[in-house]
Amino acid sequence: MLEVTGLKKVYEGKSRTVEAVRDLTFTLDTGELVCLVGPSGCGKTTLLKCMSGLLEPTSGSVRLQGKEVDGPPPGMAIVFQEYGRSLFPWMSVRENVELPLKQKKVPSARRKQLVDESIAAVGLADSHSAYPWQLSGGMQQRVAIARAIAYEPQVLLMDEPFAAVDAQTRADLEDLIRSLWKQFQVTTLFVTHDIDEAVYLGQRVLILSKSPTVIRQDLAIDLPDERDQLHTRSSARFAELRAQVYSQIHRPREEQDAPVAAVAPAVAGQP
Amino acid sequence: MSDTAPVTVVEPAAADAGAPAAATRGRSRGASPVLLGALGLIALVALFEILPRIGVLPAQFFPTSTEIGSALVDELGRSAFWTALLDTLQGWALGLAIAAVAGIVLGIVIGSSPLLRELTASTIEFLRPIPSVALIPLAVLLFGTSIESKLLLVVYAAFWQMLIQVLYGVQDVDPVAQDTARAYRFDFWARVRYVTWPTALPYVMTGLRLSAAVALILAVTAELVIGNPGVGNRLAVAQSSGAIATTYALVVVTGLVGVVVNLLFRFIERRALSWHPSQRGEVAL
Amino acid sequence: MRVLRRIGFAVGLPVVLFALWWVTSASSTDFYFPPLSRIVDSLVEEWFGPRLADDVLPSLLRLAAGFFIAAVVGITLGVLIGTYKRLRDLLEPVLEFFRAIPPPVVVPILMLIFGIEDTMKIVVIAFGCMWPILLNTAEGVRAVDSVLSDTARTYRIDGVARLRNLILPAASPQIFAGLRQGLSVAIILMVISELFAASDGLGFAIVQAQRSFAIPEMWAGMLMLGLLGFLLSLLFRIVESRWLAWYHGLRRAQRAS
Repeated sequence: MLEVTGLKKVYEGKSRTVEAVRDLTFTLDTGELVCLVGPSGCGKTTLLKCMSGLLEPTSGSVRLQGKEVDGPPPGMAIVFQEYGRSLFPWMSVRENVELPLKQKKVPSARRKQLVDESIAAVGLADSHSAYPWQLSGGMQQRVAIARAIAYEPQVLLMDEPFAAVDAQTRADLEDLIRSLWKQFQVTTLFVTHDIDEAVYLGQRVLILSKSPTVIRQDLAIDLPDERDQLHTRSSARFAELRAQVYSQIHRPREEQDAPVAAVAPAVAGQP
Repeated sequence: MSDTAPVTVVEPAAADAGAPAAATRGRSRGASPVLLGALGLIALVALFEILPRIGVLPAQFFPTSTEIGSALVDELGRSAFWTALLDTLQGWALGLAIAAVAGIVLGIVIGSSPLLRELTASTIEFLRPIPSVALIPLAVLLFGTSIESKLLLVVYAAFWQMLIQVLYGVQDVDPVAQDTARAYRFDFWARVRYVTWPTALPYVMTGLRLSAAVALILAVTAELVIGNPGVGNRLAVAQSSGAIATTYALVVVTGLVGVVVNLLFRFIERRALSWHPSQRGEVAL
Repeated sequence: MRVLRRIGFAVGLPVVLFALWWVTSASSTDFYFPPLSRIVDSLVEEWFGPRLADDVLPSLLRLAAGFFIAAVVGITLGVLIGTYKRLRDLLEPVLEFFRAIPPPVVVPILMLIFGIEDTMKIVVIAFGCMWPILLNTAEGVRAVDSVLSDTARTYRIDGVARLRNLILPAASPQIFAGLRQGLSVAIILMVISELFAASDGLGFAIVQAQRSFAIPEMWAGMLMLGLLGFLLSLLFRIVESRWLAWYHGLRRAQRAS
């Protein structure tokens, strides 16, 4: 339902040009939860902005349900990493969640239902009237997620949403994403630089190379559907998958075309 | 009222519109900002040339750019003009200096003592918004058209800008730094010199820039209204004698002086603070 | 107890200063510095008497009209200039120039064009206090957070909704800073515009008193003007603190972390 074909983005500066994304092709099927993982500075955000129509790609295309994306399409929601800057600080939690629905001309009864439902789903039923900045970082990101879900998007894009919250909150939010995905069955692309997070969350993991970015591998995650922080993460299969992703990311450039190397010994130390 | 002195302040680098940040950030392709800016100025001059000519603006009130220009050149050739300009600048500089010194000294003394701060907060809040022009009648009675009447207005207006900024700056001192200084038994002067002053400096600079602008306005206003010698008075005379082009030319002069003062103090501010770590980058959300 | 202490601090110094003025001027025979008691008499009898409607009110109405026009024009143009970078580049030097002109010097010119009636005074006030409002608004609009702006775009919030829900609220702290600066300029111009030629108004009455050497009345007028400046800034602060409650809360939250 979401197809990215030959996507390339080159930034043209005054003195130098930077090739942020070289050539990306992948698809997302309806209802999938796919994680995109790559080293820091590999153009993940650029890719996401191209996909959401915020940036125009230099070449290649993004299609949502067969329709070319050339501006923010209807039916797409994004959760940004910078929760503190993506919520309207002059609006209450409820108003923040409701605003896109108003803009979408959802009738008020349905709107109320959607807002109540999604705020409850992220566990903030008590904080309707609070301002975002009165909440902790993790709670603010929950508001942003609630806003995205209430919007009933066909595709939900998440740009390293948990990179700026502490570890415990992060684990909670990861489980929240899994459960919301099951509950609402939204097609989700989750971008992260955290290998564990990608393996834990995704049905599939797309592994990106360093910039200029290409896809190293499209890895199916064959972990059981019911996952939890304790057992899933300590399972042998999880360790194997993680090791595989790790070695792909850290594979030197020269070997790029060579077959996948054996599991690197340093894996155990990776968070 | 809140615990801290309830004053509204223009924070360094944060507020104050038209700051240079706008000019330096974000470059788009095509015509450069400088070129476009020059184009804007040319367009302004051209409009003032054309509109009175074709009668969109009544020519009797709106001289053309060439008329204003030639009146300006004419003015620049007269020694009386230069005397007037010097008078204005003298009043401005003297007033600004007095206000700055008074503002800095009082600001540091009051700001360094929580007790004094609390005691004076309400009085400052009451006196500050009193428009300096309220003093015009008194200034006229006491000093006539001598420079003191101009100074009274200039100093009063510029002083509050300065004081408020300094107070704010002194309050910004890191308590840990303050405690450290005390632990090493720095005396009051040493604390002011090594702790308070460096912290307050960005605010002092901002205060100075704002005061400079206000001082110029009041200097010209005093000349215009009271009749102290200066550009303002010259302008009033030109207007009452019907020399419209000259009146416009003198308005242009005051504007140019204002621009120079703004640029100068922005430059000083940036030079003096280029080293300051807390400076820059603090942009209000 | 704490409240009492705070009140004590708030009124302490003003009371002392007032008392000091009262006592030292009580037996004053200096023509220019009459006893405070006479000034207060005049303040109550004249300024809170017939002059309130005859002089103070017309001044305030002109102030309100001029300030309102400046706010509407300044915010509108400021939003446009802040939104379009090219326009900003084009107009920046021109605006810098207009802002640098001391507003009172345009009074003689506007007097020629608009005569000496209310129109001229309102135009003077509007012209003078428009620049800080315009420039601050433009700066606020320019600096709207990029993530917030992207968020609005992805939710397809555009046009009027974008202006109402994103641009204006995001720029409102700067807009208020501009309005505050504009207000103090407006008060100055309210007085100045009445000094040249007028038949009523606060500034007119004070100068009239000065010229006819009605010294206590002149002092009372100055006090009245001061009181007015104080009250207007108080009113402004109240409006601002309600409107920008979110902003002050946000700043406190950021500072605490």
